[in-house]
Amino acid sequence: MNGLGTLGYAIFIDPFVEFAFMRRSLVATLALALGSAPLGVFLNLRRMGLMGDALSHAILPGVAAGFWVAGLSLWAMAFGGLLAGLLVTTLAAWLSRHTQQEQNTSLSAVYLSALALGVGMVSARGTPLDLLHILFGSALGVDKPGLLLVAGVASASVLLLAVLYRGLVLDTFDPLFMRVGHRSTGFGTARYPAVWQQAFLFLVVANLVVGFQALGTLMSVGLMMLPAAAARLWHATLPEQLVHAAAQAALSGFAGLLVSYHLGTASGPTIIACASLLYFGSVLLAPDSGISRGRLRGPTLASTIHS
Amino acid sequence: MVQLDKVCVRYGHHLALAHVSGHFEAGSLTAVIGANGAGKSTLLKGLANLLTADGAQLSGAITVAAQAEAIAYLPQRVDIDRRFPMNVYDCVLSGRWQHTGPWRSLDAGARTRVAEALHTTGLEQLADQPLGSLSGGQLQRVLFARLLTQDAQLILLDEPFSAVDAETTQRLLIQIGHWHRQGRTVIAAVHDQTQVRQHFPRSLWLGSKVLAWGTTHEVLAHQGSHGA
Repeated sequence: MNGLGTLGYAIFIDPFVEFAFMRRSLVATLALALGSAPLGVFLNLRRMGLMGDALSHAILPGVAAGFWVAGLSLWAMAFGGLLAGLLVTTLAAWLSRHTQQEQNTSLSAVYLSALALGVGMVSARGTPLDLLHILFGSALGVDKPGLLLVAGVASASVLLLAVLYRGLVLDTFDPLFMRVGHRSTGFGTARYPAVWQQAFLFLVVANLVVGFQALGTLMSVGLMMLPAAAARLWHATLPEQLVHAAAQAALSGFAGLLVSYHLGTASGPTIIACASLLYFGSVLLAPDSGISRGRLRGPTLASTIHS
Repeated sequence: MVQLDKVCVRYGHHLALAHVSGHFEAGSLTAVIGANGAGKSTLLKGLANLLTADGAQLSGAITVAAQAEAIAYLPQRVDIDRRFPMNVYDCVLSGRWQHTGPWRSLDAGARTRVAEALHTTGLEQLADQPLGSLSGGQLQRVLFARLLTQDAQLILLDEPFSAVDAETTQRLLIQIGHWHRQGRTVIAAVHDQTQVRQHFPRSLWLGSKVLAWGTTHEVLAHQGSHGA
């Protein structure tokens, strides 16, 4: 083996061969990437980016409650986070139906309160190190049960997304079209128009919750949103965007783990920093971004068509 | 086909429809006319069962016969994201949703219907294009093709001619004639009196309440005698 090859091996492969914790954290981040990045594509398309943020914060008090009850127990904290996330999705749906307030405004209110409450709860009972662990995760500390949880949820999430795919795509594209119909005309989901949104948000919550151990509650939403935003700049079809987002998230996970191993930085933020680099790289290079065409496009995301 | 029983619709304090009763017979072709704000769009949304999502309060009953199966509804304004990653073909194909639901596979007729709809709307050349590359008029035709693909027995059109070019208007009027001969029930909000007179056998004149409902001849005569 020549010198360059040996060096490459030492940088890219050796850490994973040598240490079991590196292998576990690699598999966990790859599973997270596969499970959550496609959901981020849908969050962007549904213009619900803020909802992702809000949910990632909202999970925190639930995780903290689990921490109160059982200390740094993965299952208790994951269960608490799941309950809190589902509570907030239900609350947000209820608020937007029963108040005139913009959904974004009520979401900001919810997630800021949740963040304050969660940080307060953890610091009341735990050490600053516990707080850091919960907020920013420790990919290198993923144990076997943690790995099984992440891999299980990611697999279930990909399968469920496949089951929901047609309905979710059409509901994202034109929700009004999906709602037309009457009970008497026996038209499928017209009776439960919110079913796509709710099932989808359930997946988002589940992925954010299992992401918190490896990446932390504040960082796991990054692996969901950044690769998704970047993938949208590269492709014109949805399947391409979904695959690209997952691949970019996986690459961020791989690179982030290596950087954090060699430089001794915190793994969660390092992974998200890699995702950010790829995102800004995409903004500069991708065919569909305004900058690479040499002109800046106005905010033409949505356009209204009069018939 | 559609039965309305003392239907009242309120948006906050505004009464959009007041005590509307009557019925649209199966196979009828009706123009809904009236001034702006007369409740034409509200009525069509009600028939499509979209009012609750719209924040309106509804009293009374709207009954749609089960043989309507699928309902096709073309809103006056369609709010869709032009950059949504979908091509023309898939968008038109999505008109089969009411038949396939979330999981059933496409039946043999589905692709034939899409091909016919693309042909009727002159979109064959654009089938593989992403929606984002279309002009406003072309996108309008795509939505119309999706409507054709739905194969609905009850078709609701809210001001379908208000923002399309003369050629598309002609195609649409011809298509409405086809639907009528096929025995489908068509209800359309229309502004142009000449179009109403020439193409719609029946009319419903709304001014929040029903001002006149019957053959177009009678309704327009009634409207004329009231100086509207």
